[in-house]
Amino acid sequence: MKQPASEAQQGGPDAAATPEPPTPPATTHASAKSTEEKGGWRALGLRLDVRNLSLLGVLAALIIVGGITKPDQFLDTNNLQLVLTQASVIGVVTVGMTFVITSGGIDLSVGAIVALASVWATTLATQEYGFAGILFTAVIVGLACGLVNGLLIAYGGMVPFIATLAMLASARGLALQITDGKTQIVTVNSVLDLGVRDSYILGIPPLVLVFAAVTVIGWLILNRTTFGRRTVAVGGNAEAARLAGIDVRRQRLYLYLLSGLCCGIAAFLLIILAGSGQNTNGNLYELDAIAAAIIGGTLLSGGRGTIVGSVLGVLVFTTITNIFALNNLQSDVQQIAKGAIIVAAVLVQRRTVRNGES
Amino acid sequence: MAPTPAPPEKLLLTMSGITKLFPGVRALDGVDLEVEAGEVHCLLGQNGAGKSTLIKVLAGAHQPDGGVITWRGEAVTLKSPIAAMRLGIATIYQELDLVEGLTVAENIFLGHEPTTAGFVVRGREARTRATALLKRLGHPEIQAHRPVGSLSAAQQQIVSMARALSHDVRLIVMDEPSAALDPDEVDNLFRIVSTLTADGVAVIYISHRLEEIRRIGDRVTVIKDGRTVAVALPAKETPTREVVALMTGRNVEYVFPERPAPVTAGAGRPEPVLKVEGLAREGEFAPVDLELRPGEIVGLAGLVGSGRSEILETIYGARKATAGRVLVDGTPLRPGSVRAAVRAGLGLAPEERKAQGLLMLESVTRNVSVSSLSRFSRGGWLDHGAERTAAREATRELSLRPDNPDARIRTLSGGNQQKAVLARWLLRGCRVLLLDEPTRGVDVGARAELYAVIRRLADEGLAVLLVSSEVPEVLGLADRVLVLREGQVVHRAPAQELDEHRVLDLVMEGSPTS
Repeated sequence: MKQPASEAQQGGPDAAATPEPPTPPATTHASAKSTEEKGGWRALGLRLDVRNLSLLGVLAALIIVGGITKPDQFLDTNNLQLVLTQASVIGVVTVGMTFVITSGGIDLSVGAIVALASVWATTLATQEYGFAGILFTAVIVGLACGLVNGLLIAYGGMVPFIATLAMLASARGLALQITDGKTQIVTVNSVLDLGVRDSYILGIPPLVLVFAAVTVIGWLILNRTTFGRRTVAVGGNAEAARLAGIDVRRQRLYLYLLSGLCCGIAAFLLIILAGSGQNTNGNLYELDAIAAAIIGGTLLSGGRGTIVGSVLGVLVFTTITNIFALNNLQSDVQQIAKGAIIVAAVLVQRRTVRNGES
Repeated sequence: MAPTPAPPEKLLLTMSGITKLFPGVRALDGVDLEVEAGEVHCLLGQNGAGKSTLIKVLAGAHQPDGGVITWRGEAVTLKSPIAAMRLGIATIYQELDLVEGLTVAENIFLGHEPTTAGFVVRGREARTRATALLKRLGHPEIQAHRPVGSLSAAQQQIVSMARALSHDVRLIVMDEPSAALDPDEVDNLFRIVSTLTADGVAVIYISHRLEEIRRIGDRVTVIKDGRTVAVALPAKETPTREVVALMTGRNVEYVFPERPAPVTAGAGRPEPVLKVEGLAREGEFAPVDLELRPGEIVGLAGLVGSGRSEILETIYGARKATAGRVLVDGTPLRPGSVRAAVRAGLGLAPEERKAQGLLMLESVTRNVSVSSLSRFSRGGWLDHGAERTAAREATRELSLRPDNPDARIRTLSGGNQQKAVLARWLLRGCRVLLLDEPTRGVDVGARAELYAVIRRLADEGLAVLLVSSEVPEVLGLADRVLVLREGQVVHRAPAQELDEHRVLDLVMEGSPTS
């Protein structure tokens, strides 16, 4: 598990782990040296955030529960592949969402964009263009929706909540209009093939590889590029970022574009997974993605974001769903458990943040 | 200055030795205050002297770290705003704290609505009582059922006052109540204050305007740098000169670096790097002209609301000018664009350091590098090592403590946070530095160091434009001074030709009186 420097510097738990908070001048030299070493560690990204450690603990506990209750089924390779595949679609959406939330925004339209992109990419007309046509359409529809969101928010001065709520409504509506409520079966074999066992690379489904790639790229962008740094700055203090010479509006536009792009990719994965496009796809993805990001440690108020945490959050939720399904528990129980986990995770975070500040 | 001993039954409130510490700043350092029933007690002090902190302690919004508060002969602790209100202390803040969407009556009784069975609000009774209160305040024309958002600023202030009176109030604290009012409305305010004091209610009145204090004040307490420097001066008799001297009285902490000998003319004098021509913003400040040469510090002196910060932010492009232009090296800047200003070599250390200047969740390095990110990146990829090294170099140059680029910015003292902002622009290689209240929230002891840093930056060729409401700071640090009053430049002169009294006279009265 790799940890970016930004995450290593902020949470409460780090305060305890940091050997030299503000030092008196007399010891400056020694402390400078130790920070140098620590900087080296951070550069290698080998530090673990305790918050993520706790999520890892939750995940481990879930795996143990799954292993005990359904030892044969849960730990079966097929099942683990299934869990990861299911996590991939929402996971890609969550990576985009993490960027938006880190910048102090919110994107409620992700589920609707996934739906719209998935149906637009599976119309008979699009399917004529085969694999490339479907992929291209899904990505372009995602980007276009993100562009509209971004323009409304960055240059139209609309509140992200409202602008993306409007997008949620209209994208869902448009998706229904395109499909007329019918399921659009995919007949392009090259697309469908990516979902079957033969396409697995070293036992890993291609969908999961895409998810992994998006995660790694997202982590690199957030932690290693000026784009990521500006995202954090805008979320931490938009006015200070503006006065420091950052083009806050353009940054916001790019962020919603990025979220739209992730939705387009997720839509393509969903098409592979389901073998069809439906206007009900991606239902409540927005809430799942927000919840995963938040329990991962991204601040809803912006200024702090962690891709690793978000991915762990997604894995926790998907694993719960899987374990509950294996144990024949209904989705209502799942929902209750999800709610409890969100509350518990946020309470733990608040405590660690507060301890870090006192 | 010894306090006039008051008969015990008249003594309402005594605060003695009140201290309040904020991280890195000693906001109150032993304040004494004594208020009698039925008097208008004026609280005077420059910006940052600690007035706002003091009234927040009195309102129960801040808990003091030391000192004793005695209320009607008994020691009390004001745990919360509600506790203060229960005792009969009401505060009317400068920023009105009304809920715009609620009606006048709802605002007045917010939190203590007349109810049936403890929860059903008796709206009619609230409106009747609100109307009576407004009538008592001489404003029967304010209708109790109107939403507060539809009222003028002056009317909102009356509603605030009615809210204070809706409690059984014995002391009302008014923080610059006249700031948003027309002269007529100020007259009405004073009538209300007189009615209140005639009923035995005490008023703590905070204002910058000396003439108001002369008109309605009974006694004056002056605070400076978090300490009471004079208690219970007679408001009407104490000479302006003495009051001003108390407010500004030079301290040992004000140690200013030496100015270099001015190069007034000839070949050695550098060309101006910044030229401001007829720059104006309607309703904020009148056209202003200004030239700034490398190595020079120019100060803008004036009160809050005199347009000084607005001028700075307009030069910087954070506000869009309605007239005039800004030139850097003879090239006009695109108006209203911070990015254009930054690219041309301008840098701003804003007034509200935490709200406008810093990324409070981040490290020193990231706060310093935020304006120069492209320097440490290739194709968007950041080189963390180079970034950290450069940021450390810049902060070391300014002796920022602790010498740890990974320290979180919020753990630093105010002075060191300000140094981080300066280091940001140093790293960017900026040539014109705009400083808005650079020592606000900075401990007096740390100021001298900051002054030395600013002067050194100027000596190294930066041009500095300094805004401060602390007159000694402008006079001590700047080479030339522009005095502002109500959006107009009323005076310009080399700093050596001015003294505090003259500047304060100009700033407060608009004309020299002594």
